[in-house]
Amino acid sequence: MSAEAIQSRRDWLLSERPASRMQARLGRAYVAWRRFSANRLAFLGLLIIIALLVVAALADVLAPYSPTFGDLKGSRLLAPSAEHWFGTDDLGRDILSRVIFGSRWTLYVVILVAVIAAPIGLLVGTVAGYAGGWIDAILMRITDIFLAFPKLILALAFVAALGPGIENAVLAIAITSWPPYARIARAETLTVRNSDYIKAVQLMGASPFRIVLRHIMPLCISSLIVRVTLDMAGIILTAAGLGFLGLGAQPPLPEWGAMIASGRRFVLDQWWVAGAPGFAILIVSLGFNLLGDGLRDALDPRSGDQ
Amino acid sequence: MTAALSVDRLEVVFDRFRALKGVSLEVQSGESFGLVGESGSGKSTLLRAIAGLAPVASGSITVSGKKLGARRDKAFYREVQMVFQDPYGSLHPRQTVDRLLQEPLAIHGFADGEKRIQRALDEVGLGTGFRFRYSHQLSGGQRQRVAIARALILEPSILLLDEPTSALDASVQAEVLNLLEEIRRRRKLTFLMVSHDLAIITHMCERLMVMQSGEAVEHLTAADLVERRVTRDYTRNLLRASEGFVRTA
Repeated sequence: MSAEAIQSRRDWLLSERPASRMQARLGRAYVAWRRFSANRLAFLGLLIIIALLVVAALADVLAPYSPTFGDLKGSRLLAPSAEHWFGTDDLGRDILSRVIFGSRWTLYVVILVAVIAAPIGLLVGTVAGYAGGWIDAILMRITDIFLAFPKLILALAFVAALGPGIENAVLAIAITSWPPYARIARAETLTVRNSDYIKAVQLMGASPFRIVLRHIMPLCISSLIVRVTLDMAGIILTAAGLGFLGLGAQPPLPEWGAMIASGRRFVLDQWWVAGAPGFAILIVSLGFNLLGDGLRDALDPRSGDQ
Repeated sequence: MTAALSVDRLEVVFDRFRALKGVSLEVQSGESFGLVGESGSGKSTLLRAIAGLAPVASGSITVSGKKLGARRDKAFYREVQMVFQDPYGSLHPRQTVDRLLQEPLAIHGFADGEKRIQRALDEVGLGTGFRFRYSHQLSGGQRQRVAIARALILEPSILLLDEPTSALDASVQAEVLNLLEEIRRRRKLTFLMVSHDLAIITHMCERLMVMQSGEAVEHLTAADLVERRVTRDYTRNLLRASEGFVRTA
């Protein structure tokens, strides 16, 4: 594509007078993207997350060995080498392969928790904030009850009740992580519910349901997305913590937290067994945090160059 | 001829504060009625109470012969619409002009949305170039035009105007006022307009009511105001204040 073609396409996207719904939407997405990609660290975060997605998708191709079968006879607790880049664990399994396959479980946990917890929090928060009165009081007291317990302890109690396993760990984490989202959504809702543009929609005769769904939720979503991406690191760590306590993923599942748990017995002599998955958690958490920070700046239409 | 809008001994109470203390007024169909008074006198509250945005404690509001209950129905919103004071706060920050204008049509189930949006934008003097802009891409005057288009798109017969030009600078103010005047003449609308600017009220309205701390002080015609035929000191003070700062000595 020639330089002029690129230039004209950019002008089309940044036009002050969009000619169609599509152009207006794409233009806004482009502005957000420019703001996001101008932030180097956020871009690095995005690259880390994309790398995680690629690794998870291509785990079968990328992993040099099986993640669950090891050579018990000849390759137990080997130090990192050209053959086993991250060494091997106590059952002779290649740690690199386990870390690569573990990325799938990490993504599974993170995405499921986000998909379950964020909508619950958004719904509870916006309804409470918009309705006010006793609906607000009831919903927020329930939220307070959940917030009153430390997250991991509450998740532990849920897993203990539901039984160990990664699905139950996901459920437990989701149940414990929606209250902060509800708080945020409620706070956002309170700032906009008395604004003239919401009054104007009320004056159109819109139902409360419609106002919350179509006019208030879109305003809460960007701060929620930011908060969820920032929480992703915490979700990974909670999942790892549950795995570490033996209540999350069960052996031989290559979940990173469970891997650290099994490596702790020889962390002083064979540090790589716990070190490799720990490092993976660190990198991915960092990636989500950087991404969240960048999104915060990019998603606010009122800030920036407009 | 029945009154398009009549308010009888209306009381509005916020918590324990009586913002309106038994105000009555009657606006004839096709008339432009002004409400003046200092800030806090309850004129905006009266407007909001009519629109159903303020808690009515007692008294009644009648629109086109129909008495309004505590909850407004959809038919009411097709009859009465409102333009807010601050054009920077009355447009949703995440919606394009197109989306803003579509919303009332979707709520009331109009089928010919495309045509109505086009016509509403033409009517307020905004071409199609503005249709897909976000509100931050518009100037104050353009925003207020969009707000007027939104109010008009349901084809109401009564328009409540809450200081529609006070947030705009003088030249844009004149533009918007002329636009409102022109629309009123063309559509035979009834206006109930709040302003603290007596010049605007004398220009726009035939009759007016002066308000002070939640009570009606006096009813006047625009001609009375021009010829200074006022009976109350409060109104005289308002008139004096509207002449601006006068250097003494």
